[in-house]
Amino acid sequence: MTYMHIGKDFTPPDAEGKVTGAARYSEDFRRDGLVFARLLTSPVPSGMVRNIDATEALRMDGVLGILTADDLPETPRPGNPALSNELTYVGQPILAIAAISEQIAEDALGRIRLDIERRAFVVDPLDSLVEGGPNAYPEGNVMRRGESGMELAPLKWSRAAVENFRNGRDPQAEFTTEWSFGDLDAAFAECSVVIEEPFVSAGTPHHSLEPRTCMSYWENGRCYFHGSLQSQSAANAPLARMLGIELDDLCFINETTGGGFGSRIGPYPFMAISGYLSRNLNRPVQVRITREEEFFIGSARSGMQGWMKVGLKPDGKVAAVDLVIVNDGGSTGSGSGSSGAGAVTVIYQPNAMRFRGVSVFTNTTPRGAQRGPGQNEMHAITAPIMDKAANQLGMDRVAFRRANAPDSNSRIEANQTNMTSAFMREAIDMGAQMFDWEGKINQPRRNGSKVIGIGVGQGYHAAGNNGFDGIVRIGTDGRIYLHTGVGNLGTYSYAGTVRAAAEALQCRWENCEIVRGNSDLGLPHSSGQGGSNTMFTHTRTNWVAAMDAIAKMKEIAAAELGGTVDDYSIGEERVFKTATPAEGLTYAEAAQRAVALGGRYSGAEYPDDINELTALAVQKIAGTGLVGVAKDNLEKNGTAPGLAVAFAEIEMDLDTGKYEILDYVGIAECGTIVHPKGLSQGMNGGGVWGFGMAGHERHVYDPQNGLPANIGLYQSKPPTFLDVPLQMRTAAVNIPDPQSPVGARGIGEPAQGCAVAAVTSAIADALGGHLFNRVPVTPDMVIDYVAGNAYNNKSLKTNTF
Amino acid sequence: MNPRLTRRRFIKGVIYSSAAAMSGAGLYLTNAQSQSSAAVGRLISINVNGRTRSVDVLPQETLAHTLRYKLNMTGTKLGCNRGECGACTVLIDDVTTYACSMLTHSVKTRTVTTVEGLRSPDGQLHPVQQAFLEELSPQCGFCTPGQVIATVALLKANPRPTREEARQALAGNLCRCGAYDHYLNGVMRASGQLS
Repeated sequence: MTYMHIGKDFTPPDAEGKVTGAARYSEDFRRDGLVFARLLTSPVPSGMVRNIDATEALRMDGVLGILTADDLPETPRPGNPALSNELTYVGQPILAIAAISEQIAEDALGRIRLDIERRAFVVDPLDSLVEGGPNAYPEGNVMRRGESGMELAPLKWSRAAVENFRNGRDPQAEFTTEWSFGDLDAAFAECSVVIEEPFVSAGTPHHSLEPRTCMSYWENGRCYFHGSLQSQSAANAPLARMLGIELDDLCFINETTGGGFGSRIGPYPFMAISGYLSRNLNRPVQVRITREEEFFIGSARSGMQGWMKVGLKPDGKVAAVDLVIVNDGGSTGSGSGSSGAGAVTVIYQPNAMRFRGVSVFTNTTPRGAQRGPGQNEMHAITAPIMDKAANQLGMDRVAFRRANAPDSNSRIEANQTNMTSAFMREAIDMGAQMFDWEGKINQPRRNGSKVIGIGVGQGYHAAGNNGFDGIVRIGTDGRIYLHTGVGNLGTYSYAGTVRAAAEALQCRWENCEIVRGNSDLGLPHSSGQGGSNTMFTHTRTNWVAAMDAIAKMKEIAAAELGGTVDDYSIGEERVFKTATPAEGLTYAEAAQRAVALGGRYSGAEYPDDINELTALAVQKIAGTGLVGVAKDNLEKNGTAPGLAVAFAEIEMDLDTGKYEILDYVGIAECGTIVHPKGLSQGMNGGGVWGFGMAGHERHVYDPQNGLPANIGLYQSKPPTFLDVPLQMRTAAVNIPDPQSPVGARGIGEPAQGCAVAAVTSAIADALGGHLFNRVPVTPDMVIDYVAGNAYNNKSLKTNTF
Repeated sequence: MNPRLTRRRFIKGVIYSSAAAMSGAGLYLTNAQSQSSAAVGRLISINVNGRTRSVDVLPQETLAHTLRYKLNMTGTKLGCNRGECGACTVLIDDVTTYACSMLTHSVKTRTVTTVEGLRSPDGQLHPVQQAFLEELSPQCGFCTPGQVIATVALLKANPRPTREEARQALAGNLCRCGAYDHYLNGVMRASGQLS
């Protein structure tokens, strides 16, 4: 299909501000009378604050006030409170001090006297699961269903069960989540290859480059809140609830955000601090955190400890998978084991599968969504395990993946639901050709201490939702205003998705203006910008809003020029009679008529089924033009998948244990390409995240004291220019999804999953099929293996090493 | 080696950086009017983007702090405030410097160039900015000013770098979004090696 805008490169309007420094992030905003707050955080991994003596601090010149947990609404335990007297990890905020300068606030923190009762703590889930092991909370170490719903409770395994698990066997113990489909025993009985492997993936901090910042002030009972979130409109309702105000009493401003990667999809707890302090003090209050605090409260990926049994039939089809995952849930108990298991059902299409999992609280940082939570670490682990199975069968690794690739008729996840469409086989074929798989696997592999490894990996994440709203407005001057509630997190999806409306309206891009970044501008209810969903979800909302505008213009034209709406077409920013194109109205004239007509044409009236936030938005813009507004009620049947495949060639130095990625090809299978450069950015950026997971990033805790050992960027550690290939190559299958008006689906999460899987696959290949069954694979592990040292990769230790 | 980077200047830089790290300047000092009582500012002149600016500067104040909170030049970003990320990279006498790790008092006799100072007088984007825009190099954009400045410095010293030379030169600038490939494409375009 030939499009005006879809599939064409363009310069998103915020990009120039990013290269000139003019783009405004939350901390760049100032208000007269602005004051500052700093956080006092927990020095211990577990304990209870018995007393806070702030007398001396509050006497200091310039100190304006204090906020403690007692000043905030109670948060259900075990939550992720903004401030807390119950301490469950090092770095947890206890209180905030406001002062006329950050320095004074910081000085005041030093004069606070805390009386803390210390408690036992635990940083490794298995150390908590084992009988007699400590719990992260006094009541227990897991969430399970009790008499009053889900509640904290202890779950303990026998020493034998934990020992079995550590040694790579099914622990045959109790879990909190279980699902299965198919006849597992019968499926394993059909297999000619069956392998069992233990595995570990490390927890990793998000470390978004912009330290999160909030600044808020109140005027006439309304809160004006500058935040740094991935999402825009998705923040309004939860933030209003957090502040205890009505939706219309919140103006949320978020023009640009310095990364999020899942940690900033919705309001995070400490946003309450500036909101409450600014209301209490009746002054603008800014709270921003340091790099260290970003590690503590900026969220992190949950780690996994697991066991997997896989069976292949003689034809290479995956018949059965039995999977156990113990998640390190940190202080929030958040784990993504079931999501990871779901990804296995998509990529390898087993006939039968069982998943058993439990997420265990530890006294480490709060865990939350991080780019493909569950799925991406699972891809990292399963790729070399599946390689081993394929190798035992004597099957080429790409041929194995092709044989098991999902297509549009495949069933996925625990409930074996369908997908909107899927073309993984086409992606594999495209990538294998670009990468020259055949040529590379047959090249000489060894050159002195250097050895070449070739890998292939796949990624999956659900990538689209429905039911959100869209708004387009045509001004009386004919200018097209594309209102979006999509946040500006760096993917340019806010701009890519509104091009669906421009496409439907057949208008010039230079005549369009994107309205975003401030809820008082009239922004529609939108999904959160996480989970690869935006492209599918909001090309649909923009499309239906544009269709509503077109329908209204045709009605206006028919009323004025005669005939019915079916007699009219649009083009060149006019609505005209199809039979006699000279008879018609310009978009500007149609908008002028809409303002005069009022009612549903001007936004004075709006559909009943739109969200409250969208209704408030329409009220703000009513009477300023022709308003197209609609809820996405288009058909959506099944899961919209984001799929990707990647190929990697590494050169590993067996003397140093380090490797360099010589070549990388990532192929996206995300429906129609909407914005080629944006897609390339997403695939390459996800690739870099994959390289970080494969070889670099991890949490490290001191088991003696529960102290984090690598809070800084260079310790944790995200990849630099020198850790990635000199050049990366990407492409996309570009087959439209039938359930998107422009055929688009998302790709943000699979872009990482395929990359980490390709690299772990290549590492195993370089070492003759040796499995570390762990990410990251660090040089010391390689050297130990090469030297024949007994690196105990089956101990399943996590966080502590 | 950069001829301006003498041994004496390097040692002085290390001393200043260490002083910045140890003096408490690692804290965010954001309100010039209301510092703690022990701090006494001194009015000095510094040359930023070709203009002489008079500014009251505390002894332990970093250049990043002065630029952002006293001169309102917020293009210089603070990602870590501890010399790890490079988001605050500026040019001092055409040498890339982490502004979070440089005391403002140490640049009194030197010229400072920030991302705001790169446009031509008629408002045209600097060729590096234009190239980064054409390659859509930024993602979230928080590291971009630092990447732009590092590239400007590179191309002054080496107008036609190889891709490998470019990544070595930019290695002190972290991009958490992972836009490295696109930044390198921007460098190649700015140096006329990509059309």
